Amino acid sequence: MNKLIGLAGKRGHTPFPPKGTSCGAYIPRIGALLQSRCNSFLAGLLLSAAALFASLPAMASEGGVRLDTAPIQPTDVLSLQSGARTFANYCLNCHSASLMRWNRLMELGLNESQISDNLIFDGSKVGDLMNVAMTKKDARKWFGAAPPDLSVIARARGADWLYSYLRGFYRDPARPTGWNNSVFENVGMPNPMWQLQGERVRVEQAAKGGDAKEGHGGAVKAVKYELVKPGSLTPVQYDETVRDLVNFLVYMGEPAATSRKQIGIFVLLFLLALWPLAYLLKREFWKDVH
Amino acid sequence: MAAAEKPPVTGTGSVAVDGLLTWVDQRFPLISTWKAHLAEYYAPKNFNFWYYFGGLAMLVLGIQIVTGIFLTMNYKPDSNLAFASVEYIMREVPGGWIIRYMHSTGASAFFICVYLHMFRALLYGSHRKPRELIWIFGVLIYLLLMGEAFFGYLLPWGQMSYWGAQVIINLFSAIPFIGPDLSLWIRGDYVIADATLNRFFALHVIALPLALLGLVMAHLLALHEVGSNNPDGIEIAKHKDAKGIPLDGIPFHPYYTVKDILGVVVFLIVFAVIVFFTPEMGGYFLEANNFIPADPLKTPPHIAPVWYFTPYYSILRGVPPMFNSQFPGVVAMGVSVMILFGLPWLDRGPVKSIRYRGPYFKGALAAFVVVFLVLGYLGTEPITVWGQFGAWLGNADRATVVARVCTVIYFLFFILMPWYTSIDKNKPEPERVTH
Repeated sequence: MNKLIGLAGKRGHTPFPPKGTSCGAYIPRIGALLQSRCNSFLAGLLLSAAALFASLPAMASEGGVRLDTAPIQPTDVLSLQSGARTFANYCLNCHSASLMRWNRLMELGLNESQISDNLIFDGSKVGDLMNVAMTKKDARKWFGAAPPDLSVIARARGADWLYSYLRGFYRDPARPTGWNNSVFENVGMPNPMWQLQGERVRVEQAAKGGDAKEGHGGAVKAVKYELVKPGSLTPVQYDETVRDLVNFLVYMGEPAATSRKQIGIFVLLFLLALWPLAYLLKREFWKDVH
Repeated sequence: MAAAEKPPVTGTGSVAVDGLLTWVDQRFPLISTWKAHLAEYYAPKNFNFWYYFGGLAMLVLGIQIVTGIFLTMNYKPDSNLAFASVEYIMREVPGGWIIRYMHSTGASAFFICVYLHMFRALLYGSHRKPRELIWIFGVLIYLLLMGEAFFGYLLPWGQMSYWGAQVIINLFSAIPFIGPDLSLWIRGDYVIADATLNRFFALHVIALPLALLGLVMAHLLALHEVGSNNPDGIEIAKHKDAKGIPLDGIPFHPYYTVKDILGVVVFLIVFAVIVFFTPEMGGYFLEANNFIPADPLKTPPHIAPVWYFTPYYSILRGVPPMFNSQFPGVVAMGVSVMILFGLPWLDRGPVKSIRYRGPYFKGALAAFVVVFLVLGYLGTEPITVWGQFGAWLGNADRATVVARVCTVIYFLFFILMPWYTSIDKNKPEPERVTH
């Protein structure tokens, strides 16, 4: 019953879509499947919860945003080390990576004292997992949603998304944090690296020419972002910093990926060497089948 | 005493081994089983490429069982621990990632082998008399495999695990009268929760694998009772030599065991390429959303089942609700699988193999393959993937209309089969197999 109370509790302090809203509009498949059962308690509850969260900003980003290709290099150890440093400094205060152990970073050419002296700020031991002190409850109070664990975020989001997102922040006075993001609209997270990137604003220009006619209904606007207050890094340096960070996030998503590919080459060489033997064996036995 | 009359085992090249095997054989049908199913099981000599996939499916079953055993040693069937325990296997268990990727790739490989194996039956009429029961056992294996894959997919406890299971279990609630209670009974809770995860774990690691192994045994016993079909679709038992051995038959062992080794090596090369270089297979084998832990409060914007279920998912999604109920779609999906059981009796063609069938069957089979693939593709995509038709078609989603047309063709393939197979212009079958 805990889960139900949890759901019901949510209803209390968050606005619902108005009653006439079609539940199916938010989540077509389940909505349609459950449409016939809308009057049942359970379905109503599930749909409400689903519709509620579908309407939250977290879901708003999945549109057709063009992503930049992340120029990452999984075997570049220096880039990974630099990414680990950025990660420990800028991400690991709010986000955990609770599936990743500190001393796994020894794979990146660091030794234990380098890890504990330069990367660990909360007194954790090198054998500990990358946890954060902030509780989920506090996080929800402060940011509206708990920052997700980043251990496998690169596998969920993809490198390109992360690369574009981390470079996509801009100033937006309408948002509670003062920040918005061109990849993840109305995101709850403020720009953690604003001192590095500087502050950008979104500038909308009325489009000229035939583009406006192509638009579906509304006037098409060209959007661009202007750096109004430079950060401590140039845009090129900032891109490199984010590239290294994303490189590290991809590594952390699957630390075994590099050795997986190395082992794979040997497995394939073995199998490719086995094939002619298997072929000759078959041919030898089948000589007398006519 | 019958056992004592058995001749002693000879020929292993070692007196001790001969003695041991003789001792066993007098107490257990060792030699007779070996002969009946391997050394003196005569298979047609003209098996081609399509005949690899039955054996390969058994190989994958073995891979799944062995890797599954090692996974259960570290996996925690607990909604609070499951997701992290899978990543624990990936990160901290020595060799854990290879075991896990073999299992996740094996799931898809199993379906690839089974689909190709079933297609082989359609090509060469292996479902036809006297092999109807082999086919029925096979379809049962396929059904169990779907259940096994479905139960297993919940275990990583990611977002797709959770919401995929949600969608499928909710199908049952569309059944009139008993639906809501039935889905509640399946879940064991009002939402998919720890109770669901625990029972799915039990079904995935014990119940279904046991039943699968039993059915595979029955499938093979039935096959060895009537003998294998072949690409010519004719019975090799019609022409035997003086000792009663089919003239076009060769002992399964060693001929097909060594041939299958060749197939196994090729299969393993493909398998290893996926396991070691692209285990997600572009999101088809491991979905990106499943790397987000299950969150009952956050519905993913696009829920798609894993590729091997998508043809049926398309059928479900394509059938419009009737009387304000999704039940017709659920029925259509159920029937689309169950209709396979009727295949041996729907097919009235006087010849079995595609080689001697006429143009009607060839055309129908080609259309069936195309619609199955199109339905499969559409099931992985949102219905808006191809945009909308204009106002002349009520702005309907193109993908939905295509899925509906394909669904109709899917069913027509079966429903019209008695008609088009019986009037087809077939070619004469040869007397002996072509090799």
